[in-house]
Amino acid sequence: MDSVQFLLFLILFPLISALFMLAVRRDTERAWIVKLSALAIGVVTVLLLVTQVGQGTLYFGFNAEPVSLLMFVLEMVISVIILWYAVRFRNYLVIALTLVETALIIWFESAATPAVVVKSPLFLDPFSIIMALIIGIIGSLICVYSLGYMRHFYQHHTEIPDRTNTFFIIIFVFLSAMFGLVFSNSLIWVFFFWEVTTLCSFLLIGFTRTEEATKNAFTALWMNLLGGIAFAGAIVYLTYQPAGMLGLDQVLVSGKALVLIPAALIGFAGLTKAAQMPFSSWLVGAMVAPTPVSALLHSSTMVKAGVYILVRFAPVFTGTAVGYTLAFVGGFTFLIASGIAISQTNAKRVLAYSTIANLGLVVACAGIGTYEAIWAAILLIVFHAISKSLMFLSVGTVEHRIRSREIEDMNGLIVRMPRIAAMMTIGIAGMFLAPFGMLISKWAAIQAFIDAPFGLVFVVILAFGSALTLFFWAKWMGRLLAITPDAENVEGLVDKNEWIALVSLAGLTVVTCFIFPLISAYLIEPFLLANYGTVAGLAQDNIIIMIMMLFLIVLLPLSILLPHKKARTLPPYMGGVETTHDMHFQNALGARTEMKLSNYYVGSWFGEARLAMTGICLCSVFIVLMFAAAFIGGGAFL
Amino acid sequence: MISLAWAAAFILLAPAIGGLIAGIDRKVTAHMQGRVGPSIFQPFYDVGKLFEKEGAMVNETQRFYVLSYFVFAVFAGAIFFAGGNLLLVIFGLTLAEIFLVLGAYSANSPYSHVGAERELIQIMAYEPMLLLTAVGMYVVTRSFDAIDIAGFPTLLVLLLPGVFLGFVYILTIKLRKSPFDISTSHHAHQEIVKGVTTEFSGPNLGFIEVAHWYEVVLMLAFVFLFFAANWILGIIAIIIVYLLELAIDNTNARVKWQLAVKSSWTIALVLGALNIAVLYLIGRA
Repeated sequence: MDSVQFLLFLILFPLISALFMLAVRRDTERAWIVKLSALAIGVVTVLLLVTQVGQGTLYFGFNAEPVSLLMFVLEMVISVIILWYAVRFRNYLVIALTLVETALIIWFESAATPAVVVKSPLFLDPFSIIMALIIGIIGSLICVYSLGYMRHFYQHHTEIPDRTNTFFIIIFVFLSAMFGLVFSNSLIWVFFFWEVTTLCSFLLIGFTRTEEATKNAFTALWMNLLGGIAFAGAIVYLTYQPAGMLGLDQVLVSGKALVLIPAALIGFAGLTKAAQMPFSSWLVGAMVAPTPVSALLHSSTMVKAGVYILVRFAPVFTGTAVGYTLAFVGGFTFLIASGIAISQTNAKRVLAYSTIANLGLVVACAGIGTYEAIWAAILLIVFHAISKSLMFLSVGTVEHRIRSREIEDMNGLIVRMPRIAAMMTIGIAGMFLAPFGMLISKWAAIQAFIDAPFGLVFVVILAFGSALTLFFWAKWMGRLLAITPDAENVEGLVDKNEWIALVSLAGLTVVTCFIFPLISAYLIEPFLLANYGTVAGLAQDNIIIMIMMLFLIVLLPLSILLPHKKARTLPPYMGGVETTHDMHFQNALGARTEMKLSNYYVGSWFGEARLAMTGICLCSVFIVLMFAAAFIGGGAFL
Repeated sequence: MISLAWAAAFILLAPAIGGLIAGIDRKVTAHMQGRVGPSIFQPFYDVGKLFEKEGAMVNETQRFYVLSYFVFAVFAGAIFFAGGNLLLVIFGLTLAEIFLVLGAYSANSPYSHVGAERELIQIMAYEPMLLLTAVGMYVVTRSFDAIDIAGFPTLLVLLLPGVFLGFVYILTIKLRKSPFDISTSHHAHQEIVKGVTTEFSGPNLGFIEVAHWYEVVLMLAFVFLFFAANWILGIIAIIIVYLLELAIDNTNARVKWQLAVKSSWTIALVLGALNIAVLYLIGRA
């Protein structure tokens, strides 16, 4: 296949799958279509990697006039759909935002300036390949998982009318839009796909049509529309610039002074989509949706679109006041969201805040924008996508089994659901422990920050943020691994499709740690070389030590299999009080009491309301400063 | 990665040195309290006895956690003495600590559970300052590698006085000394019994003790780095710092964990970050 055919296949094929879903009536038919589509998408992304790696950056020029026209029509359709929902639910804010955005779209679509003509609307470079792999592989696995999940979901929620087909249609459209977004060179095309992801996430968050879901869907919608308006504003601005400026290839190399204002606008759009403070609440609210949706939004799509565009624009941000203020938004979001995660008792909320925090770190790297920072940012994107999707899907499966998302209810899960608990342990280890992915990335980030001008502030933020991160992950892990006596194994038959996804993701979590030097050498470094003329990486020695640690971690659990004398097991120390085997004892008043343990959540320090308000104020100030810097031409004074 | 010999020496000798330090610690402490105290070899007798005892445990998984704690504590120290990357040393040490904490959680016992939570809080308290110590050394020497830092010609402590004081502050936590012996204590006065180690006994507890000796040697080696340009001064510094920790241990009551976290973070920000910031600005000017 020719390169461009790969891209067209990945963008169009999910749409064809979505069309097929319209016709599906039976569960088995649906399962086949979803599985085959997922397989095809996954295989083609891997083929894309195999055939295109080492090709550098390829641009694909063709007469895009008819396609652009079609996109314009579809954009108007999207506006109408959103308006229809907004009117139906009387959401005046959304109506106003949509009208503003539509006006901007009509403005730049009707402008016939030389800037609008982008010779090559599509392109492919190593960073696009990385993003395509994340979308193609993780996205497909989530689709497969959803087959099992949605069946359970409707068994548990009989009050909700079955709309499984609609669910899969939206998800396939979502994947298609994500592929389009990362392959588009024309900013107008990027914007089109951007809007499609906004619409899809709105529909998915509100999927269950409960009052809460609808409310949260509209929160997500207005925040992302605000970002969309900023994006459209950037395009309008660029329309009146020299020829070809609406192509990423031109805009990123045309000098900072010229593009600082649109870069700040697109940076703002990125912040909204990547759920940075003050816009983080939409992502937390999004967890009302079925769990695969959360997994999709948090790992391979949506938020990753936000950080993708920021990393793309990083060369413009480097060393400017706009970049630094952007980095501060990310840095403080990382710190504050990590703190809030400590106080959360609901597993999905912990995951949500952890996503917001990690994206904050990516944003900080993108704002700093040096080649080392971008190296760290891309590693963060990759590792986060894998571990986070694994965590969400595991929590989803556990939730269906124990009917709770509370971490306290997961006490002793290793006894009750050993295999799922093992998956979650791998996922959590992947999020914060050496020698796993996220820690490697944080290490790279420290290295990047420390070498960047004024990067010290971010090193301090990272040092404190990591300490907070460690606390909330480790105490969750401790809950999972507690051995409770007399607990029954209730794992039962977890759906086969769910297993395929979970085991694959757990495998990926470990395998990517082993092969990350290859990912770096073949994909990230060529990208850095093309954009910065220099490469970054960790020293060979350190990578070897990391891999040694990884081997140790993989091998140590096997020590249990070594021959040893079976130890006598004794009950835990209860201060001398007579305790039954199932941990009941007589308290001082003579009543029978069960021994119960609970984690620290430290609400008085890390309470959501208090910290979130601080974060919203702080980050809003930095966003205002970012725009101020852009309009004064902040490129000059650093 | 220059000196595998040093790493090997660490692996072989650290338990002996760490055990001796523990013995001297007990002797000096006893004198401070007006007692004669045991022989300085008492810690070896104690640990030896632990290994002779029956290996009873609350559950079989504890064996794995203790082994992992031990292996990674030794591994982290070995990286340091081989001249490796300080960040990697810190990450390795954190990993080791997490295994200890998981072992305590796995017992599902009230005392070890509280100990585990508090141990995590202690890690959260000292981690920023520990990272900033490595960062400070990097800002001065432009390298994270212990070998380069040790070979730096000027006394680091002169350029990093704030970082040094900050490090000594959190050293109290790492050495499990009052006022920060919050998760477990060498002294038997704790309301949480032996906290994080409550549910370990026999050989498992022996391994934890020896791993702790390794950690103590590693932490004191960090102190040495501040004075590495003059090794005699380095050894004197280690002795003074340790005696200081003992004096603090014997004259302070245990504080609440809130104060431990707040004060460690404040110290890290004020002494650590400010010190590095000043250096940074001087370096840029």
